[in-house]
Amino acid sequence: MKIRAQIAMVLNLDKCIGCHTCSVTCKNVWTSREGMEYAWFNNVETKPGVGYPKEWENQKRWKGGWVRKRDGSIEPRIGGKWRVLSKIFANPDLPEIDDYYEPFTFDYEHLQKAPEMETFPTARPRSLVSGERMEKVEWGPNWEEILGGEFAKRSKDANFEGVQTEIYGQFENTFMMYLPRLCEHCLNPACAASCPSGAIYKREEDGIVLIDQDKCRGWRMCVSGCPYKKIYYNWSSGKSEKCIFCYPRIEAGQPTVCSETCVGRIRYLGVVLYDADRIQAAASAPSDRDLYHAQLDVFLDPHDPVIARKAAEQGIPSAWIEAAQRSPVWKMAMEWGVAFPLHPEYRTLPMVWYVPPLSPIQSAAEAGSIGMDGEMPDVRSLRIPLRYLANLLTAGDEEPVAKALERMLAMRAYMRAKTIDGVIDEPVARKVGLTGAQIEEMYHVMAIANYEDRFVIPTAHRELGADAYDLRGSCGFSFGNGCSGGESEVNLFGGARKAKTPMEVG
Amino acid sequence: MQTLNSILFGWYPYLCLTVFLLGSLLRYEREQYTWRSGSSQLLRRRQLVLGSNLFHIGILTIFAGHFVGLLTPIQVFDALGISHGFKQGMAIVIGGLAGLVCLVGITLLTHRRLYDPRIRATSSFADTAILLMLFAQLVLGLLTIFVSLGHLDGHEMTKFMSWAQGILVLQPGAADFVADVNPLFKLHLLLGMTIFLVFPFTRLVHVWSAPVWYLGRKGYQVVRTTRTLPQSGTRPVQPAE
Repeated sequence: MKIRAQIAMVLNLDKCIGCHTCSVTCKNVWTSREGMEYAWFNNVETKPGVGYPKEWENQKRWKGGWVRKRDGSIEPRIGGKWRVLSKIFANPDLPEIDDYYEPFTFDYEHLQKAPEMETFPTARPRSLVSGERMEKVEWGPNWEEILGGEFAKRSKDANFEGVQTEIYGQFENTFMMYLPRLCEHCLNPACAASCPSGAIYKREEDGIVLIDQDKCRGWRMCVSGCPYKKIYYNWSSGKSEKCIFCYPRIEAGQPTVCSETCVGRIRYLGVVLYDADRIQAAASAPSDRDLYHAQLDVFLDPHDPVIARKAAEQGIPSAWIEAAQRSPVWKMAMEWGVAFPLHPEYRTLPMVWYVPPLSPIQSAAEAGSIGMDGEMPDVRSLRIPLRYLANLLTAGDEEPVAKALERMLAMRAYMRAKTIDGVIDEPVARKVGLTGAQIEEMYHVMAIANYEDRFVIPTAHRELGADAYDLRGSCGFSFGNGCSGGESEVNLFGGARKAKTPMEVG
Repeated sequence: MQTLNSILFGWYPYLCLTVFLLGSLLRYEREQYTWRSGSSQLLRRRQLVLGSNLFHIGILTIFAGHFVGLLTPIQVFDALGISHGFKQGMAIVIGGLAGLVCLVGITLLTHRRLYDPRIRATSSFADTAILLMLFAQLVLGLLTIFVSLGHLDGHEMTKFMSWAQGILVLQPGAADFVADVNPLFKLHLLLGMTIFLVFPFTRLVHVWSAPVWYLGRKGYQVVRTTRTLPQSGTRPVQPAE
């Protein structure tokens, strides 16, 4: 058993209002640079829809993630190592920038400098790539905002698989949800696996997946390998970039920028302990529908004294083990079973999980088009949203999603009974397999969502690996040679080698 | 004339090789962030998929041909019983075919780089210049085939082998081997050496990093750590280059 810790995230989609604050703050901090204008480490999609980049979930087209071969082993869908190298001169599975959108600005200056004219001057769009006039902006990172565009186009959404077209057509106006997306910091990242340079790595200490900007050579296989299309090729630097999970903040015990600024307080960050020796087997589970449960089996119970002792023996700091015991992620994913991985069928074992939204069920209940099961709307009678959510979160297995939705409805019913009627409705809790105490804790974490309950982030222990004294006064986060002490262990030009920057690992 | 010849084919090669090797080393050491292939496929797929594949397959074949053809000692071919004429014939056929493949590819790529607004706007001077240099070099190389067809005994070719090997082993007077060859060959040699000269300052450095080591990576995943863990077997995995 090889115990590792990871900072994982849960997003409570039930509370996401689609305000894009996460995307904008992330953009301002990390990707507001030449070459990265089109890239959004965090974006919010309106579902159903094809998303950003277009149809990213259609792996027949983009070939992201892993496939299980007949012999039971897995390899990247773009191919094994020989196949990847054979595509290195031109990657047939690489999206073009138009699949994201052509980044643009507007001729704002014209508003000030236009001569006197009969009509008002306008600021027309201009491409940020070629600098040329764009007659019309055709697509953007959130073109389908609040179900914008025709349903016929949006219905290409891969999550409609197994649902008949004419039936989901009736949900055109009632079924909508937001899906904020970022890098999943997978346990079995397909991007790292398909990087021929070995530049993409997972940090053993906190599970954050990073691209070594010095080692990346721009072979761009990772862009195809990642099924979530969360690796972006910077056309200016010629290197790929991705969400870094705000690791300088995480290391200091602070939440990521997207989490910190989330006005809906939908994001949770916490430690999950897992057994690295089980990753391979879990990712190779025979059936797609086994993958959600297989991933649950990879996680280790931090409350188990044996696990806690072994984790300490394997060098995991005690603050991390304590944090794992208080982890909101563990509670939602494991204790209450209300959070799910995004598309587990990609076999990457993602570590950003989602609580499914109740809104489609709730709105149908209010419209009277859904049966009631006692106090609660009957979730299972709403087959299409359920199927859709299951395709999104559990590879089509509806049972766990239905159970989670029921638990969330039970939480509402229980708390309503308690606060309005002054009654403790223990049976409603038991009906969904929980106790009243558990429901109250759920309510505290998921509904009240205090800052300290949402973010349980232990600080990094750099002093255990790096010479912290050496880091004093050294460079911080930067690109290029400004801070580099050089590639080799000795200084090519004599003298002592400069200290490592905090960005260098390994 | 004698002096000029020894400057261009006796001294200039060393200038180019020195800059090529030292420049590459320094850039690798100090400027890792600039060390990349510089792909523009994201911005425009059209013409690249076919163009880049043809170009790379062609040029790698040509490079291998030049490497083996020029640097293998003549005695090895003699010992193997490969006549000079036959070797030259092989060079003309294989080199000619690969050259044509490469020509189609580089024509597509050059057209794309010069006339696609996105690619043109995002190209650096070095990007365009190196492409045009390679284009010119390829055309010169293909033109020399017509000269070679005039003397098929392979004798002319051995001059280049002697020259290249002479330069490599620091033989004084190596430039004399190519003193009387066709001017087309001389131009081809000069431009070739110049490509070595500018190599470290262009995107060509990605050639050094051809990721063949990927094939030898154990499994697929790469994990790095700053921590020194108590148990064995968890030392940081060094990335394959």
